[in-house]
Amino acid sequence: MIQLSMKKNILTIGGGVAGIEASNILAGMGYSVSIVEKEVTLGGKVNQWHKLFPDLRDASDINDYLKKRVKQPEIMVFTNTEITSVKKTDDGFYAKSNRAVGFEAHAILLATGFDVFKAERKEEYGYTIYDNVITSVDLEKQFKKGGAIHTTGGKTPKRVAFIHCVGSRDAKTGNHYCSKVCCVTGVKQAIELSHLLPDAEIFCFYMDLRMYGLEFEELYKSAQEKHNIQFIRGRLSEASENIDNTILIKCEDTLSGRPLKMNVDLVVLLVGMEAGSGTHAAGELCKLNFQENNFLACSDIHLGRNCSSREGIFLAGSCIGPMSIPETLDNARSAALEIHKFLSKN
Amino acid sequence: MKVQGKRKIWHDYQKEIADDHYYYVRSCIRQNFFPASEYYFLKILKDVLGKDVFDDPKHTTCTGIGYHADIIPFETIQTVVARHFALMTEAGYKNFAVSCVTSFGIYSEITETWKEFPEELEKTRIALKKSTGREFKVPANITHTSDLIYKFKGDIAEKQVHELINKKTGKPLQIIEHVGCHYAKIFPSKGVGGAEFPNVLTGMIEEWGGEVVDYPERRHCCGFGFRQYLVQGNRGYSLANSKKKFESMKPYHPDAIICNCPGCTMFLDKWQYVLSETEGKTYGAYGSGIPVLTYEELAGLVLGYNPWDLGLQMHQVDSEPLLDKMGIEYDPEKKYLGKKDQYIGQPCNIVASL
Amino acid sequence: MIDFGFTLSETRTIDYEQFDGRLLNYVLQNEPSFLTCLSCGGCTATCSAGNLIEFNIRKINLLLRMGEYEGLAREIDKCMLCGKCILICPRDINIRNVVMLIKKGIVKYKNE
Repeated sequence: MIQLSMKKNILTIGGGVAGIEASNILAGMGYSVSIVEKEVTLGGKVNQWHKLFPDLRDASDINDYLKKRVKQPEIMVFTNTEITSVKKTDDGFYAKSNRAVGFEAHAILLATGFDVFKAERKEEYGYTIYDNVITSVDLEKQFKKGGAIHTTGGKTPKRVAFIHCVGSRDAKTGNHYCSKVCCVTGVKQAIELSHLLPDAEIFCFYMDLRMYGLEFEELYKSAQEKHNIQFIRGRLSEASENIDNTILIKCEDTLSGRPLKMNVDLVVLLVGMEAGSGTHAAGELCKLNFQENNFLACSDIHLGRNCSSREGIFLAGSCIGPMSIPETLDNARSAALEIHKFLSKN
Repeated sequence: MKVQGKRKIWHDYQKEIADDHYYYVRSCIRQNFFPASEYYFLKILKDVLGKDVFDDPKHTTCTGIGYHADIIPFETIQTVVARHFALMTEAGYKNFAVSCVTSFGIYSEITETWKEFPEELEKTRIALKKSTGREFKVPANITHTSDLIYKFKGDIAEKQVHELINKKTGKPLQIIEHVGCHYAKIFPSKGVGGAEFPNVLTGMIEEWGGEVVDYPERRHCCGFGFRQYLVQGNRGYSLANSKKKFESMKPYHPDAIICNCPGCTMFLDKWQYVLSETEGKTYGAYGSGIPVLTYEELAGLVLGYNPWDLGLQMHQVDSEPLLDKMGIEYDPEKKYLGKKDQYIGQPCNIVASL
Repeated sequence: MIDFGFTLSETRTIDYEQFDGRLLNYVLQNEPSFLTCLSCGGCTATCSAGNLIEFNIRKINLLLRMGEYEGLAREIDKCMLCGKCILICPRDINIRNVVMLIKKGIVKYKNE
């Protein structure tokens, strides 16, 4: 068991952007925070990204920021650790983990994040079946590794198609909601790809373009103007493989009302966000309410964004719903304030 | 292409197929255009696999063609289907084996309708009682006969005489499989392997030594559809669909096409002739067509039955190139001779005359 | 040849492989703002010609980007060159110039 100080303790489940930021704010306010992270390293999904929208800054800037934020004497970090049970106590909660460590906490913060949609569930797109169909996560890994982009046959792609709304806004996958950030990710990756493949034709097949954030619309315009990226409004119906391993895609050009087919060298599926397995597990352990879309339910969608359905358990980050990194940081800070409000009352 | 991805999907879409004791319903088109297919299906199931299959002369067409062409109303077809279920119940069977893919779609559609709308089931019971005096039970299991061959493909492989291998090169035959639309596209869970990557024919072909070709228009409909080809002037619309498939499969130089729907087999077989006459194009190697077989004929070939007994001479596209590749012996003189060695007539020549 | 009583239906799919990009490239080089069109339809809505006859400037521009030039020469002559489309365009595209370039381009490439 953790040796307690006389300060109030908070257990943060999840050591990604939201978990670290909220914990730092709370530590600065005088609380003692334990961060429990199931992976071997902290940072969450941002560890996998190369450059961030909208300004294409290095994702490592965020990693460096988070590393500094977590270095507080009041923050104790437990990586490679998972919470296995949560019980209510007179003072707050007691949580057991899968390592020989238990946690007494006056409040719990869930920052368990999201999982990327598994694109193989969209069978008709042939992910894991056709060689040259990859996801935006795969492409980001290739960007991070550096070097030239090739098809699996070793060819330099002359034509690339980005497919929006993979796994989101789709009754067939059960995810009716919009994952918000995939459209701008597609535009960002298309621009990055145009730098690496200056002679390639790059297409984005979208249903609607969700350019909601600061500088997103400007990024879209510059993608068209400066990088020659072509946007075609129409949802991909199916992808098939040709004899030379190029991919035949069938969409409708809805704005002209005619079906369209083209052969591309590479298909990139912009996969959406789903409520993570960690979110599901933690929500069950804490006996919280879930939304219909499987993310955790807040107590009030306008006024109680960081409060869960149970008193004393708070939510931060993409366990509530799809969020970008700036929004996650905002949300984490507001979660810290909610927790402080709650703990000051008692 | 990563086949493991496909195998995972096939693993996810498993379907319950009954083991034995089937009530068999025949297909209008398969009987007429591929006359020995159903005969050999019954022979294989009864004699080779030792199963109990009841071939009832009292059943009629399921009227699927009429229903899809808006000639037969929904109430009528429900009652016709109910009558078949009544015949099955009276014969003492619970498992329904359907020969035609359209029929399979009809039976699936109607039984699903009855699950969601029980009032329709009640109405049908009353209608059947009033018109024929019969009562029926809904079958415990409805399968398509290709599912049965798929289920017993291993047993057939044990008794296999010929493999799906090109005897001259030693390589597996490149075979294209085409699954009927109504098999899995309406209810993906009712098709082995689901709707996007169906496994029913792929499983058979691979078990018997062949290799399946995946080409871009694999999922595309052959164009049969009933409504559009019933009127002669519209047939160009149907034909354009088959042509799209042929153009797409040509670079792969397939050795044969296998279908599980009788309509598809007929279309892909006969349209090659029309395309050779009107467009001057053929899609097989050396200016000939691609042989199109039903899965029963394929099963019969691998088990060593005589090709002419299987009815291969009735196909528009000659199957001899395939038989030669497989090393199957046949007597060319006897091709168009019947059981008593009488001349039975022959189709027009497939090779382009343009 | 045998008359089967029907003719083969032609495909109406836009086949991106059959794309002759010369006319489009000519227009884009001389009016690069055209790259930012997002087919919002504002131009067609306000079009003087389009509200009286079948003339859809948004669609013409879109089909030009797809390489579909069939019937373009006749269609583009219906434009009255009034300039109302420029007033509404949210991306500040000089659509009137796009029309003029299409006309010039068609003549230029007709003989090539």
